[in-house]
Amino acid sequence: MYSRSKASASPYLIWMVLFTVLPLALVVYFAFTDQAGNPTLSNITALGGYAMVFVLSLALAAIATALCLVIAYPVSYLLSRLRAGQQGILLMLVMLPMWMNFLLRTYAWMSLLERNGLINRFLGLFGIGPFEMINTNGAIVLGMVYNFLPYMILPLYNAMLKIDKNVIEAAEDLGAGTLYKFSRVVLPLSKPGIRTGLIMVFVPSVSTFIISKMLGGGDTWLIGDLIEAQFLGNTYNYNLGSAMSLVLMVVVLLIMSVMGGFDSEDMEGVI
Amino acid sequence: MAENPVVSLRNIAVDFGEEAVLQNLSLDILDKTFVTLLGPSGCGKTTTLRVIGGFLKPSMGKVYFDGQDITELPPYKRQVNTVFQKYALFPHLNVFENVAFGLRLKKLPEDEIRQSVLEMLELLGLKGFERRGSENLSGGQQQRVAIARALVNKPRVLLLDEPLGALDLKLRKEMQTELKRIQQALAITFVYVTHDQEEALTMSDTVVVMNQGEIQQIGTPEDIYNEPKNAFVADFIGESNLFDGRMPKDYLVEFAGTEWPCVDAGFTPNELVQVVVRPEDITVVPPIEGQVTGVVKSLVFKGVHWEMVVEQAGGEWLVQSTDASQPGDLIGMRLDPDEIHIMHRCEEASAHVQQE
Repeated sequence: MYSRSKASASPYLIWMVLFTVLPLALVVYFAFTDQAGNPTLSNITALGGYAMVFVLSLALAAIATALCLVIAYPVSYLLSRLRAGQQGILLMLVMLPMWMNFLLRTYAWMSLLERNGLINRFLGLFGIGPFEMINTNGAIVLGMVYNFLPYMILPLYNAMLKIDKNVIEAAEDLGAGTLYKFSRVVLPLSKPGIRTGLIMVFVPSVSTFIISKMLGGGDTWLIGDLIEAQFLGNTYNYNLGSAMSLVLMVVVLLIMSVMGGFDSEDMEGVI
Repeated sequence: MAENPVVSLRNIAVDFGEEAVLQNLSLDILDKTFVTLLGPSGCGKTTTLRVIGGFLKPSMGKVYFDGQDITELPPYKRQVNTVFQKYALFPHLNVFENVAFGLRLKKLPEDEIRQSVLEMLELLGLKGFERRGSENLSGGQQQRVAIARALVNKPRVLLLDEPLGALDLKLRKEMQTELKRIQQALAITFVYVTHDQEEALTMSDTVVVMNQGEIQQIGTPEDIYNEPKNAFVADFIGESNLFDGRMPKDYLVEFAGTEWPCVDAGFTPNELVQVVVRPEDITVVPPIEGQVTGVVKSLVFKGVHWEMVVEQAGGEWLVQSTDASQPGDLIGMRLDPDEIHIMHRCEEASAHVQQE
């Protein structure tokens, strides 16, 4: 029985080795060698010069993630309290943009935010503006929030769906008003969803390069753009690109483990 | 027992869309009594409880608490607490914090909270479980925590929604005694919802039998069992034989092809009535001594007694007896006058109309 289940797992193991472990090993290898293949730390030390790009990327991603949480939380809560039929329809509306091409969605925002774009033209009718909206950090954050919001809503909605209606009624029964009910019952019970949502939005936000390129006008460089340039641009330095990817991965893993750590500490306080 | 009602429902109606769940329901619940709402699923008993708890606003009617209209009051402002059907403990809190939830809301000093919670846990036999996660408890323990969590707030009225439904038989029996003990010890009004007639008869001071969103009968367990007001109550409470009959005169009823002396009077002569006979009241005798005779069709052993189905001119009789008669045997059956319960036929008819 045991060996059988082992055997049936082998296709997945082979897949993992070929497409996950091996590429990761290559990234590590390239990050610590120069173009001739000699071992070196210079790729890593060279990253010091890009510190500001890292900081900006992390900051914009953090802001976008926080905004997603603020927007998605009430939406998910309301969604989970609706009747099953209505939930399906509204959930569909949340998912719908995800089925459209990512580039197309971002292009749409370009035409909205441009100096001669729809929003400025509309405001112009009332003699307001035009505003400089595109090519700003704000536009990048907007792009991130718009593109990744469903990744926050879905896990939150799932977590809230699992909260027993009776448990919320029990809180009311014991005298909890809206605020107390929320902070002592709904919020702690939706924590797993919050954690998943934060990761699902933060990780693609911090490594995006399309959004910054299209909505940031190419003047704002994020880590994603930097890495892309090492592999596809004129610089063509995949050793440096690998080092950047590796460091970004380590940073993301650190942030994730800190968030996970918070959670288990919280649980300790309770038990 | 105090005379004043602590909770009064007046002409309550609740409907979910087209479907009327409660119709013109009025009920007084006396202070410090154990009241059970009993009925089949879908009869509106849980809905009634939710109206008292404030989780459901009636589309018509008023809810009074100590004479004050609380119809519009949200649950968290009512002096009632609920023990939910599936316990509904807070999964992220341990036993102590679950029980302390209501007290923390009242912002009581920490040592007072601690003392009250520990006292309540002690009362429910949960000493030493304070630090346990609420999900690492057995069903019976979770149930006790749910009760402790509600009772620690010293509510005037405790609402219990089929709280023992998920427990096994033995535990259920223990908890029945326990609940009755707690209710008497704390002198709190209990409003208890169940579909289990035995549970209702065992624990209650007052039983409210409900069907189709209407109250069928209110009375002590003895009243409900011995003097059912209509066919529904007779049928729902315990097992019973129902016969169509006629009252030729006072103290005499005719059914199952013969005339029986009885203790009922005040019917119009020859009024059509319905007769309830409890299976355990029937005395099995040799055929020659019987008021009626019948042939045993089947025999089942039930532990305390045998249960027989007997074919007789008036129909099939369900008979419980400590002596077994074999299928095919001809037996006689006797009834004492006070073992025959007579009801007006019209109530039976209206009960049937409701079911349609």
